[in-house]
This record gives sequence, structure tokens and C-alpha cells, in this order.
Amino acid sequence: MAEHNEIDQVTGTATTGHQWDGIKELNTPLPRWWVITFYLTIIWSIGYWIVYPAWPLLASHTTGLFGYSSRADVAVELANLEKIRGDKMVKLGAASLVEIEKDPALLALARARGKTVFGDNCAPCHGSGGAGAKGYPNLNDDEWIWGGSLDKILETIQYGARSGHAKAHEGAMLAFGKDGVLKKEEIVTVANYVRALSGLSTGKGYDAKAGAKIFADNCVACHGDAGKGNQELGAPNLTDKIWLYGSDEATLVETISNGRAGVMPAWVGRLDPSTIKALAVYVHSLGGGQ
Amino acid sequence: MNKPVPPTELQYEQDAPLYAARKKVYPQKVSGTFRRIKWGLMAFCLGVYYLLPFVRWNRGLGAPDQAVLIDLPNSRFYFFFIELWPQEVYYFTGLLIVAALTLFLMNSLGGRIWCGYLCPQTVWTDLFYAVERMIEGDRRERMRKDAAGGAVKLQRFAEIGLKHAIWLVIAWWTGGAWVLYFNDAPTLVKQLFFFQAPMLAYIWIAILTATTYVLAGFMREQVCVYMCPWPRIQAALTDEWALNVTYKYDRGEKRTSLKKAKELRALGQQVGDCIDCYQCVAVCPTGIDIRDGAQLECIQCGLCIDACDTVMKKIGRETRLIGYDNDINIHRRQAGKSPIYRFVRPRTVVYSALITTVGAIMLYAMLTRSLLDINVLHDRNPVAIKLSDGSIRNAYTVRLLNKRGFDRVIAIDIDGPTNATVHVVGADSVTPDRPMIILGRDQTTELRLLVTAPAENNPEKSIPVWFRVTDIGLGEVTSATDNFVSP
Repeated sequence: MAEHNEIDQVTGTATTGHQWDGIKELNTPLPRWWVITFYLTIIWSIGYWIVYPAWPLLASHTTGLFGYSSRADVAVELANLEKIRGDKMVKLGAASLVEIEKDPALLALARARGKTVFGDNCAPCHGSGGAGAKGYPNLNDDEWIWGGSLDKILETIQYGARSGHAKAHEGAMLAFGKDGVLKKEEIVTVANYVRALSGLSTGKGYDAKAGAKIFADNCVACHGDAGKGNQELGAPNLTDKIWLYGSDEATLVETISNGRAGVMPAWVGRLDPSTIKALAVYVHSLGGGQ
Repeated sequence: MNKPVPPTELQYEQDAPLYAARKKVYPQKVSGTFRRIKWGLMAFCLGVYYLLPFVRWNRGLGAPDQAVLIDLPNSRFYFFFIELWPQEVYYFTGLLIVAALTLFLMNSLGGRIWCGYLCPQTVWTDLFYAVERMIEGDRRERMRKDAAGGAVKLQRFAEIGLKHAIWLVIAWWTGGAWVLYFNDAPTLVKQLFFFQAPMLAYIWIAILTATTYVLAGFMREQVCVYMCPWPRIQAALTDEWALNVTYKYDRGEKRTSLKKAKELRALGQQVGDCIDCYQCVAVCPTGIDIRDGAQLECIQCGLCIDACDTVMKKIGRETRLIGYDNDINIHRRQAGKSPIYRFVRPRTVVYSALITTVGAIMLYAMLTRSLLDINVLHDRNPVAIKLSDGSIRNAYTVRLLNKRGFDRVIAIDIDGPTNATVHVVGADSVTPDRPMIILGRDQTTELRLLVTAPAENNPEKSIPVWFRVTDIGLGEVTSATDNFVSP
């Protein structure tokens, strides 16, 4: 291994004896300070094993000298955040819904808070922008099954509809076909009558008189004489352009035959009162509020 | 294994190391015209830097009264009568363009004037050298003391300690002045004094203290030679007409001693003015010999001119053997023609014109800039809403900016689908068709705007809608456009 000690003439450095295509490798060790730093980092890391949670055990893990945990850190930070928000949220909780909408600062806070909470809790059904879907009301428009005033929206969010809560909105679309109240042809006729109410085209050979009679006998109790609906009962207005489940004949026949009873959960108890308030203001400010 | 090939061609390098160690530079004290200019510029630059944060400017109640302030928490930049918002950073772009063009112009007129006179590295290094000279003595003394090295003497320790202490004070003050640009200066000074200032301030002071101390105290000319890209770029920008610090070799060569020159002159022979006294080298802060010609290391500070002039006066020869000149003139003189200095050249004219143009554009933009702004963003989810009576509604997020220092009442009008109405959520004003909003001073306000087109006027496809904002008091009008969409 004599080559190992060959001295490179240009640099005066010993070579390692390795040579590729005439290019020789110089034996240039890492600087001492670098090596020492490297070993120091290893020693330092051992400190971490001891001081911090590091080693997984069968059912748990080592907790470290100080019992440090990033989860506890998060809890502390969240608590701090709540403290920072505290005053504002207290103010929000104390103000009435109308006052909140009149105060630009409170409105901005309510909308910001409401939007976040809406995204977490309401978006799965109503869509992230409240645009709704079939069976899930659009919250941007002005058709409100249970009322669209601030108070009514708050009430709906708090107790829901058909949610099982004692104060929930009750009232469902009856299943006229399934229950044998109406025959198949009668259902088609009244479905066409309802389409005519909101200015939609009607099917061939549809008997308007018969439709009016069936409607008067079965539907006016909830939807009213003119089909304008009743928010107390959650009966939708049948004369406008907005249809929760769809306005084509087949869908209406389905609705009349089997009924509808969508559920809106109650949020009281799940969200704190000021958050629900913020949510109500947010939904109202989406633009459809009355 | 291949047989080692002896590096015959490289044999001549055998004795020389691959990398030369730094040779410490001991610039000598010098006095003269350029030294005076440099002192003056140093006083001016440092004065501006250290004292500007303390200049006050009255902007009214609630607004900061510091003339130059970078208010990061509130995203505002104050510069005397100008107040810039984050979206107006293009003024800085304009400023940078002007700065770059000025640098180009400086280069085409006088070479690397920036490096030699104005660069912070030069200014602070110069200051640090002055301190060093004051405490440890001039060039020879410092060289002697450094050479003595090993001999431990109390006085030497005291000197070095004092020097570093003063350096650190200057460096600390430099870092301290920096943070004052980001906060109310008198308040921050008080806080710093009582250790109540934000941690970030101390961190920044520490960083800038360290960089100033290291760069001006230890790195010195190495920053210019090895770290800084400017010498390369500026050298490329300098043309043959630019005046550079030049050794006029037509006059200087052949170099001989003073005594020999006298003898030769007596014999009527041609002798150069340079007496090889090396004064130009002794005073050079980058430790080079200007007589080797223009070179990367030369920062063009002109101190060698002063040094040479002193010597020339002493030996009774004409001054400016080293002076601001160019190669063209040297060749002209050698050819027996008179030197010419041409400052008006296509290049300088173009630079000046560009600087004027950009400056004028900036000034115009500054004077006519809108102090009421509107940004409109169409809601995407849902894009359009059908209401129960069949009309279509679009929602927009509108951001209004009031850059004036007082509250303003503004009205919002739209120009979109026929008979469309506009409504601001949360602002049911007395004029339902024309919402009015109060904009807080120096603030942005975000509104949710609903535009509803009646069923009979529903546009078939997307059509443009204009939002016009009118300041009721001042009559200032701003507008923005977006689209109105049908489902």
C-alpha cells in the first residue's frame, strides 16, 4: 500500500491511493472543528432522549424529564386564543341580533366567526357557501320554510327541524300515496296543479278543475288556499320559483306519494350560545334573510 | 491501477500554495481633496442614517408623527408627506429603477463612485479604520505592533480592548438605528433603555451589531473583493469614456528615484514623475498598486490621488499624476494631442432621459394617486341565486379603501342589468336604492354587496356590472367592474 502515502505534487497533500482515469483522490480529512461539532450534536441528541418524550413503549412512551408534551402546548395556546377572543365574543353574546347587524365591527366579527363555524358544521349539507342541494335548503335565497328573520333563523339553528329536540320544528309532508289517501292518477293531477300554481307548464290532458279539488281537499290545510305555504308548519310556498326537492312532475309525484321529512339537527348544546348567534347573523347576512 | 502521471506542466506551481492567505492591509493616514470629500460624505450618510428616525412629521391625531416610518403591524410606510399602502409597493419598484439608472449614470461619468464614496461597506470600514488609527497609531506603528505579536504588554491589551469596545459601540448604534425605522423612535429608545422593548428589536440590534462589527472590523476589503457582486457588474457598466482613478503612466514612467531623476533631467533626458515612493499603495484601503492599471480590487476611493498629490507638491512636480482620467486621454497625450473630457454621450443622455422619465411617471402617479379605492370580488359559491319571484341575485365582496385621514361618507351606485338594485348587507340606510356607507379614516372596509336583477330583466349570459363609489363630501369617484352571472 505504498501508493497511499504518495504526495500530490500540486497541493502537497497525501493521496488515498484511489485513482480513476488518472484522477487521484486527495486525502483531505474533515476539519477538526467539523468533526468535533458532529460528535457534539450526537451527545446533544442523547440529551433529547432523556429530556423529551422519545421512546415508544408497548402501551405508552417515555415522558421525558419535564413531562413536556406538544399536546399540552396546543391546549395552552388554544386557551390563550380563547382569552384573546373572549372580550369580543362576550360582547357578541351580550348584543341582540339586530344590534349585531347594525354595528359594523360586531357584524364583521359575527360573519367571520359564523363563516368558520358554518364551514365546520353546516357545509356538509348546505354547501360551503350555503347554496344548498336537493333536499337541503339554499340559504342565500329568500324562500324560508321555517322563516327567514334573524330570530327565526336563530330558532331553527338552535333546535332544528324534526331533530328530536323538544322545541324542534315539527311538521312533515304527508305520504298521500303510501298511506292510500290519494290514488296514483289523483297524485299526477294534483302534481300538475301545483306546477300550474307557480307558472310551470302542465302535462297533456291535465284536468285543472279536478286538480284544484284534490288540492282543496288535501293540501290547503298546510299550504294554504292559494298554496302560499305556512312557515309555522314548515309548509313551503308552492307558487314561487324555488323548489327544495325539484319541480318536475316525477319529483312532485314522488313527494306527494311518499312525503318528505328532512332533518335539521339541533345545535343548542353542541355550539355555545354566542357562536350560534354568530351563525344566525352569518346565515342572515348571506342575503336571503327577511 | 494506472500508473500516476507526473504533472509536468504544473511543475512551476509546485512551490506556490493554491490559495494565498490574506495579507492584512494597513492603510496610512492621508489628507487632501478626496479625503475631505469622503469625510463630508461619511458625515452626511451616517448623519442621515442615525438621525432620520428622530425627525418628526405632524400627520394629525392618531397617526404616527415620525417622518420616516415602516409600520409593519399596520402595513403602512410613511415617508414625510407620503403614506404608502401595501398595494402601492410599485412605488418602490420605481424607486429601485431610478436607483439602478442613477448607478448606471454614475458609472458612465465617473466609474465606481458608489464603491468608493457611498457604499455602506466603504463608509463603515472607513470609520472603523479611523478609530483604529486613532488608538493604535498610523500604518507603521500598527504594522510594528502587529509584528511584535507575541510580546504581551498591558498597554497593547488596553489598546486592542479599547478599539474593539469603540467598534462594538458603533456597531451597536448602527443596529439600534435600524430598528428605530420600524417603531416610534423616542418611545423605542426609552423601552430599549429599560429593557421593555419587544424581543424582535433586540434580536435585530444583535444581528446588525454582529454584521457591522464583523464586516467593517474584520472582513473590510475582502467584502469588496470576494463577496460583493457590484465590482463585477459596475466594471461591466463602465465604458472607455468614464473617468476612473487612473495612474497616468504617460507621465509617470519611467519610474526612478528622486535623486536619479534630477540627474537625468539635468542631462536633458526624459524621466517619469513617479518616484516609486509607494505612498499610493500605503494609503490604499484594499492594498493594491493603482499603477498596475484599472483592477477589480480598486474601489475608486481616490485616496491614492491625495497621497500622490502630497508627494508631487513636495518634490515640486505637477499634481494629479494619479487622478480621474481615462485611457483615451492617456493615448491622446502620448500622441501629442490635448485630452478631452466628454460627459454628454449617447449613453449618459439615455440614462438621464430614463431617470427623468421614470421620475416624472412616479411623480405623476404620486400626485394623482387615488385616495379612495375599490376592489370587487364576485362570490363563487354560489355564483348566482334564484329568488322566489324568479329574479337573479349575485353577491360580491367589496373592499373599500379610504386613504385619507378622516371619515368619509360614500355612496354606492351600480351600472349593470336593467333596473337592478343594490343592497349592502348590514347597512339599511335611508336611501335603499343608493346605499351609503361611512368609511373610517385610513382604513379598509369590507362589504357584502347584493345585486338583484328583476325576473323580466334577467340577463341570459354573463354581463359586466360597474360599481361606482362616490365620496358625498368631496365628490371623489372611483369605480370597478365585475360580471353579473345567471345560474
